[in-house]
Amino acid sequence: MIEVRHLNKSFGSNRILEDVNFSIAKGESIVIIGRSGGGKSVLLKHLIGLLKPDSGQVLVDQEDITAMNERELLRVRRRFGMLFQNAALFDSLTVAENVAFAFRRNREMSRKEIEEKVADVLDLVDLPGTQNKKPAELSGGMRKRVGLARAIIYRPEILLYDEPTTGLDPIVADSIDQLMLRIRDRLKATSVVVTHDMRSARRVGQRILLLHNRRIYASGTPDEIFGSTDPVVRKFIDGVSDQKEDFF
Amino acid sequence: MNLLARSWIADSLEGLGRIALLAKEAVGSLFRWKVAWSDLIYQIYFMGVKSQSVILITGAFTGMVLGAQTYFQFHKVRMDTATLAVVSVSMCSELGPVLTGLMVAGRVGAAIAAEIGTMRVTEQIDALRTLATHPVDYLVVPRLLAAHIVLPLLTVEAICLGIGAAYVVGVFLLGIDATYSWYNMLKYTDVADVAVGIIKAFIYGGLVALIGCYKGLHCGEGAEGVGRATTESVVASSISILIANFFLTMLLNELLGGV
Repeated sequence: MIEVRHLNKSFGSNRILEDVNFSIAKGESIVIIGRSGGGKSVLLKHLIGLLKPDSGQVLVDQEDITAMNERELLRVRRRFGMLFQNAALFDSLTVAENVAFAFRRNREMSRKEIEEKVADVLDLVDLPGTQNKKPAELSGGMRKRVGLARAIIYRPEILLYDEPTTGLDPIVADSIDQLMLRIRDRLKATSVVVTHDMRSARRVGQRILLLHNRRIYASGTPDEIFGSTDPVVRKFIDGVSDQKEDFF
Repeated sequence: MNLLARSWIADSLEGLGRIALLAKEAVGSLFRWKVAWSDLIYQIYFMGVKSQSVILITGAFTGMVLGAQTYFQFHKVRMDTATLAVVSVSMCSELGPVLTGLMVAGRVGAAIAAEIGTMRVTEQIDALRTLATHPVDYLVVPRLLAAHIVLPLLTVEAICLGIGAAYVVGVFLLGIDATYSWYNMLKYTDVADVAVGIIKAFIYGGLVALIGCYKGLHCGEGAEGVGRATTESVVASSISILIANFFLTMLLNELLGGV
C-alpha cells in the first residue's frame, strides 16, 4: 500500500534520512522506533506528503506522491488520518468543530448527522459531552484523544500516529493504546505509529522498524525485535544509555 | 559587504516571488469557488468592526490637524474658504487611503501574521493539510477578500470623518465661513479624487492581507519566529503602502486624468 524507496532528507547541512527503504502492506500495523531527534517524525511526514524528500520516492498505491503538488496531494490525503505529537488542534475552534473539520465542506450531510457522528466518535475516545469546550480547556491526554477523534471520524484507510503516548501518564497512555487497537480492528485501517514507548510498540505493532543512524537498521515482528541480540537493538529496547564522564 | 548586499537582494527577490506565487494561488482558489463564507464574514467583522476605534481617531484627528494647518497658511493670503477644499482633496486621494492602510497594517496585518505564524509553529497548518484542506483556501483567501472589501469601506469612513472634523474645527473654532467653504469643497473635489482613494484602499487591503499571510505561513520556529514575523509583517506592509502610493498616484493620474 505504501512504499518508501531510497528516501533522503537533509535540513541544511544536517542529514536526517539516508537511503530509507521499506514498504507497508494494506491493513498492516507498523511501529517506527528510534531515538529522539532521529528523524521518525520527519519520515512520518514524508508518508503523507507534508515534507518533500531531497531524493527518493513515496508510493501510495503505486502513485508517487513526491511528484505531486499541494493541490494534487489533497486528493491522496483524504485517505489518511494523522494524529500529531501535540495534537495540533485548531485553538480557535471548539472540540466539536475540530472533530467535524473534515465535514466542513460536505454538503451531503446534515448538521444533525454531523453532530451525531461527532458525539459517537467522542464517545469512542471517552470524551463524551466535551463538544463545546475549547482546546485550551483540555489536558494533554484529552487533547490527544480529540486529535485522534478528528483523525478517525471520516474513517481513513491509513492512520499515522506521531508519538501518541509521549508525555502522558501510564493510564492515559494505556487508554490511547487500547484506542489504537480498537481503531485498527474496527476500521481495518493501515497504521503507522512513531513512538519510543516500548510497551506501546509491542502492543500495537505487527511489525517494528528501528530507525538508527538515519537508516532503517532493523525490521521484524515485535517478538523478533524484542528477542533480538543485536547490541544496537538491545540498547534501545532495554533503554541503556552510553556511560558519560561523571560531571559532578 | 558586496556579498551581504547580494544576499539581501536575493532574499528580497525570493520573498517577492513567493508573495506573487501566494497571490496566484489565492486567485486560483477564488476561481475554484473554495471560499468559506462563514470565515469571510468573521474576517470582515474582525477587520471592519474591530478597527472602528482606530479609524475614528485617525480619521477625525488627521482631518482636524490638516484643517487647522491649512487654515493657518491660507489665512495669511486671505484664502480661508479654500481650507475645506484642500482637506477634502487630500483626505480623498492621499491621507484617507494611506493612513487607513497604515493603521490596518498595524492592527490587522500584525494579527494575521501572529495567528497564522502560531498555527504554523504548533503544526496546525500541517494538520489542515492532513485534513485535505489547502491552507490558502482556508486561511489566505477569506483574509484577502475581507481586506479587499473592508479597507475601501474604512477609507470612506476615515475620509468622511476627516472632512467632518475639519469642518467643525474650521467653522466653529477658527471662524471660516461655512457656506463658501462647503461650496469650494464641492467645487474642487472631483469624483476622480474619491475614486482614486477607493482604488488605492482596495489595493492596500490586498497588500496588508497578502504580506501578513505570507509572513505567517513562512515564519521561523518558536515564539521568536512568530514575533519576528509579526514585526516584519507590519514593517513590510507599511513600506509597501508608502511605495505603492507614489506609483499609484502617478498611474491613476494618467488613467483618470488631472487628479
